[in-house]
Amino acid sequence: MLGYLLRRILAAIPVMGVVALFVFLLLRLTPGDPAAILAGDNATPEQLERIRTSLGLNEPLYTQFFTWIGKLLQGDLGVSLISNVPVLKMISQRVEPSISIALSTIILAIVVAVPLGVIAAWKHGTWIDRFVMGLSVVGFSVPVFVIGYVLIQIFAIELRWVPVQGFRSITMGFGPFFERIILPTCTLSFIYVALIARMTRAAMLDVLGEDYVRTARAKGISETGVLLRHALRNAAVPVITVIGTGFALLISGVVVTESVFNLPGIGRLTVDAVLARDYPVIQAMILLTSLIYVTVNLLIDVAYTLLDPRIRY
Amino acid sequence: MKNIVLDIDNLVVGLGKNPSGQRIIDGVSLQVREGETLCVVGESGSGKSVTSLTVMGLLQKGALVPSGGSVKLVGEELLTATDKRLRQLRATRMAMIFQEPMTALNPVVPVGRQIDEVLRAHTDLDARARRQKILAMMEHVRLPDVERIFASYPHRLSGGQRQRIMIAMALVLEPKLLIADEPTTALDVTTQKQILTLIRDLQRDHGTAVLFITHDMGVVAEIADRVAVMRYGRLVETGTLDSILRTPTMEYTRNLLSSVPSLVPRAPRAETEEPVVLEANELGKVYRERSFLGKTREVAAAKDVTLTLRKGRTLGIVGESGSGKSTVARCIVRLIDPTSGGVRLAGREISDLSRRLLQPHRKKIQIIFQDPYRSLNPRVTVGETIAEGPINYGMPRAEALAKARDLLELVDLPADAVSRYPHQFSGGQRQRIAIARALALDPDVLVADEAVSALDVSVQAQVLELLDEIQKRLGIALLFITHDLRVAAQICDDVAVMQHGRIVEQGPAAQVLTHPQQAYTKALLDAAPGRGWDFANFRPVEVAAE
Repeated sequence: MLGYLLRRILAAIPVMGVVALFVFLLLRLTPGDPAAILAGDNATPEQLERIRTSLGLNEPLYTQFFTWIGKLLQGDLGVSLISNVPVLKMISQRVEPSISIALSTIILAIVVAVPLGVIAAWKHGTWIDRFVMGLSVVGFSVPVFVIGYVLIQIFAIELRWVPVQGFRSITMGFGPFFERIILPTCTLSFIYVALIARMTRAAMLDVLGEDYVRTARAKGISETGVLLRHALRNAAVPVITVIGTGFALLISGVVVTESVFNLPGIGRLTVDAVLARDYPVIQAMILLTSLIYVTVNLLIDVAYTLLDPRIRY
Repeated sequence: MKNIVLDIDNLVVGLGKNPSGQRIIDGVSLQVREGETLCVVGESGSGKSVTSLTVMGLLQKGALVPSGGSVKLVGEELLTATDKRLRQLRATRMAMIFQEPMTALNPVVPVGRQIDEVLRAHTDLDARARRQKILAMMEHVRLPDVERIFASYPHRLSGGQRQRIMIAMALVLEPKLLIADEPTTALDVTTQKQILTLIRDLQRDHGTAVLFITHDMGVVAEIADRVAVMRYGRLVETGTLDSILRTPTMEYTRNLLSSVPSLVPRAPRAETEEPVVLEANELGKVYRERSFLGKTREVAAAKDVTLTLRKGRTLGIVGESGSGKSTVARCIVRLIDPTSGGVRLAGREISDLSRRLLQPHRKKIQIIFQDPYRSLNPRVTVGETIAEGPINYGMPRAEALAKARDLLELVDLPADAVSRYPHQFSGGQRQRIAIARALALDPDVLVADEAVSALDVSVQAQVLELLDEIQKRLGIALLFITHDLRVAAQICDDVAVMQHGRIVEQGPAAQVLTHPQQAYTKALLDAAPGRGWDFANFRPVEVAAE
């Protein structure tokens, strides 16, 4: 297992290398002078020359790449062109809200969706099944921002249970943190509940038709035991796959939610950077996103081997 | 007279809750006594499995519903029992083992824990006592190295070992009734023999009543005390083993017995001097598995296989699963590429031809597969399926479709079947379609890979007859791959016995199957169930030999 983990981590290095190369070339291959792009339309020739020197644009391409990678590995992601703040600092300041929402969303989604899917499959064809499936269609089809505004209207404006928007760090106490994170989490988890419930139901239906489920029933064990110990564990592999890819997709969902709830997260940081053509920030965000994808994929594969003893690498 | 353990009286099981709906089981009455084995025989769709699942209360809820009669287990009515009571009875009073040991065990739970579940659900034993009981039971079903197997996952065990685990699981609480639903059908003959012996011995030791479901008359002859024949959800007749095999009273039972191919090879046909159409010379296939760190593991699926087949003759390749017989068939047809040796088709070496150069030779050799439910594309009409080959070789569409109609008539199907889809046909009819498809290219050689193994005996007999007739009419050469020595005895002129990828014995069928020279061939013949009976003539073989 440890050997496998090590091999997979080693195999992730070239993947990240290719991403880094792409990110590096992004700026260099964009038509026109990178310095001019970076400096914007109203730059003076002196400013351009300064940027050129600071980025080493007068050096050969490969020297530039290795210099850039070298800095990258030391945690130097460059400096924002707009705010002149180091990119690493910008990201670290805004990573907490995003990570909080992403994690709480995925946890809430799993806790709600997996039981729903299991019950729907168990009660296949009944009104419970149809209700869960109907819910999942709604979850898929209603846009995130609509759900967000509806929840704000009900729970923040009408009932006044929670603040309308904003974020408090968990270091300032769990209460304020929780009441500000709960609505964004519910909003974002809607679509993941729909997705995971649907997948769990489908996987469970497959498994419930298997011979070993019949064997389990023939042993006279309780229905809960049949469902949880025998069926769910076998249905877990496709469900984990969806949860994993879903988590990676969360990154795009986070952007909308952060805007609706006015949260200072990395989703909005990315959007702002793209709109302002703040290249160092965009580069850093692409690298960060890829790193998350690669890590999640690795975790999914590790989960497979833990869930199914037949899968060995 | 021993006590009655299972008493099924006038059982009716209908499709869905509607009382006037179709009856899957229609008035079946059976009794099984302590220490007795009742074999329920019948072809697919006869309702034998539904009967057993009804007893266990394992029918799919809402789809099949018992609507009449009674099922009593040691005097207790089961049809009206609550779910809770049924759960209590399962594994303690009645237990069941299933056909597919490969899928009947949960793949993600170690087998020891799967047996343990039975004990945890039904006893108050502590962990240590349970473990000891399980290990003892595993030894009782003659599993080796029980400590290791206890902690193993199912995929680490062989089919026979898994079926032993199933039996251990079923019998660990010493139930009064054991239902065995085709428990040896998926196993090789030698393993089958061991499992049948095991069930017999355990039954003798514990006085268990056994309801044994099978389609195989050979197995019936090995294990039954009494036999019940079922068809279309009704009981055809019941009787002692001897009376059913010797003096069946019903027409259907007589036909069923007559369809069982005899182990005694058919009268040999005269040797011919027709040209050799197919030769395999020292054919080999090695699979290489390379792990991530570069260690290569080699598995030889076939080694030094040499075969010769003349026009109009039938050569059988027999062997157990994993013996390499299908690998050889697929190498010969070039569905997979052999790694060594050669294949000569009508005098032309084809083993090293590229895919493109092979194209004109493909039509000379065609293959029929085992499972007619999966080998035909469900979304393509039968006519298109048959005509596709000739059209690929340049025949005009209309002509190819006309040919498809002729071929369907040749295989005894109506010509208008061309416009229908595979799901509209039964298994036997689908296999006829597969044969018509193979014949559409006018091949010199037809390879039948377990082509009758998935069929009921009566249908099997018809398809074998059809193949024989087609061979006579078209002079085609037949390479017949089978695990079933009875089938081989009835259709093959020559037989090659394979084990571990090699041919261990080869010669005329009459010689190999009656006077085997090699130990393995002898063991195979010895394990063939019901070898003591000449079913078709309703008498034991000794009498036939006199």
